[in-house]
Amino acid sequence: MSEGHIRKSPAKFSIPRLSYRVWRVWRRNIDVFFKTVKVNFFPSLLEPMLYLFAFGFGLGGFIPNIAGQPYINFIAPALVAVAIMNGAFYECTFASFVRMYFQKTFDAIVATPVSVEEVVAGELLWGATRATINASIVLLVVAMAGLFTPVPLVSSPLFLLAVPLAFFGGLLFASIAMCFTAAASNIDFFNYPTFLFLTPMFFLCGTFFPLTSLPVAAQGLAMAVLPLTHVINATRALLVGTVEPILGLSTSTLLLVSSIWLVTATCFFFVLSINLMKKRLTS
Amino acid sequence: MMDMSSSEVLIEASGLTKKFGEFVAVDHIDFEVHRGECVGFLGPNGAGKTTTVRMMYCFLMPTSGVLKVAGLSVNTSCREIKALVGVAQQEDNLDPDFSVIKNLTVYARYFDIPKAEALKRAEELLRFFQLEEKRDVSIMALSTGMKRRLIFARALLNKPQILLLDEPTTGLDPQARHLVWDEVRLLKKQQVTVILTTHYMDEAQILCDRILIVDQGKIIEQGTPADLIKKHVGTEVLEMDYDQKLMPLLKEAFGEARMERLGERIQIFTDQPHGVFEGFLNEHKLQNVSIRNANIEDVFLKLTGRGLRET
Repeated sequence: MSEGHIRKSPAKFSIPRLSYRVWRVWRRNIDVFFKTVKVNFFPSLLEPMLYLFAFGFGLGGFIPNIAGQPYINFIAPALVAVAIMNGAFYECTFASFVRMYFQKTFDAIVATPVSVEEVVAGELLWGATRATINASIVLLVVAMAGLFTPVPLVSSPLFLLAVPLAFFGGLLFASIAMCFTAAASNIDFFNYPTFLFLTPMFFLCGTFFPLTSLPVAAQGLAMAVLPLTHVINATRALLVGTVEPILGLSTSTLLLVSSIWLVTATCFFFVLSINLMKKRLTS
Repeated sequence: MMDMSSSEVLIEASGLTKKFGEFVAVDHIDFEVHRGECVGFLGPNGAGKTTTVRMMYCFLMPTSGVLKVAGLSVNTSCREIKALVGVAQQEDNLDPDFSVIKNLTVYARYFDIPKAEALKRAEELLRFFQLEEKRDVSIMALSTGMKRRLIFARALLNKPQILLLDEPTTGLDPQARHLVWDEVRLLKKQQVTVILTTHYMDEAQILCDRILIVDQGKIIEQGTPADLIKKHVGTEVLEMDYDQKLMPLLKEAFGEARMERLGERIQIFTDQPHGVFEGFLNEHKLQNVSIRNANIEDVFLKLTGRGLRET
């Protein structure tokens, strides 16, 4: 039927029932990824190198140490977090929308024993995987660049924990992105979340300057509602060992608060996005 | 005809209704489909054919009423139903990110078909649908006809008991249509139950054991093609150019017969045995005349009217 009708959903909000079939959907996407790995992989190497070079080596020369560390050591963990955010968000907005709306891939899959919920969950896990791949590339670039900086960019083997962090942080951004996809009437709609949500986070979550230089109210707001803040707190703790004392909290307290925030938000948006997509696709 | 009363009911709908907001797409319909039958849903655009088919494989949930497929309710047993059903959807939803063969093997994975078996079935299907040469090309490089054949092939990967074909031959050339028809006949021999929606009346008449004519969400008539034709239009149709001077002559010769004017043509329907028109034609020399058997299209147009339908 045409898209124009106002639809009432017969489905009620519920915890999605998922099976191993989620991974069939994930497999489809990773198969496509490996088919096009050349165009997927190499361009994504360039961006973090440019940021590190321009901001770290270039701009960093004019900036005094932050909390006793060179500027490049301050931004490197944030670049890993930004890669997590962008990787998952792009995948579950533009790319998922293309599969859903233009390619009708979801329509084809739900005619098999795979359910709508599993299709969406598979997309979310793939978004998280994509975030992990991107973050791992940036992590590699950062670790290598650290060989040429006065202070290494990773302070301990703990930085490897940023890889599983990327998956869970990626799942959060994928889930939030999928909520926008459920509401999108056309692909241009994604300009809203990109410019009103992603871009502000890119600048206001402690990426290029410490959150502590903002008023307490702004620090509180960033901690309360901006997910990137928490992912940056986590990557910063894992890569360089210390986080700036946002709201006067210690690194270990911040790590605890951010972990709880991330787990809670991920569960919430994971369930919400699947419900919203189910409503969009089946009613 | 097979004996419907004794064979197993495979699809059963009663009071089946689907609303989109205020719009009633399917309005309290009842029907049964028996194992091994080929049933065609015929109707103008927006009649509710596709919506009905979509409810059969849980793509859409009924607003009210009962719909059972293989004894299972679509409200509770979607996964089991979808494992038994093969679906060829109306729109092109092949995966443009994959080659032809990979479209089939990836799809087989959703049915838990093991890799080696999936590849074997995929190769067989490509052979049957004459797509072997296109095995490794991208979907983008296929013609519309090839895409439709591949969608049909994909619907057979899980060896379905029930096949749902939503306008399977739209956009196909005559050769490709016959290929699809052959496959449907072959599947019927194997006792596969086929549900078909189509705009092509000849297709419905040739393939379907039974036809359900739908309009505005309701089933307005059903029966075997032969019964429907006999009941609604008779045996033969005389068609000629319209000429006002002829009308009294026609009225005199075929007084009781139904006549219908279609723009510049006129049709006269009869339920008399063959031969009634010949005498008239021998008496009068007329241009552009043809006598043909009545068909399902005549029934369809009589029941649903000639007005254009747009959705």
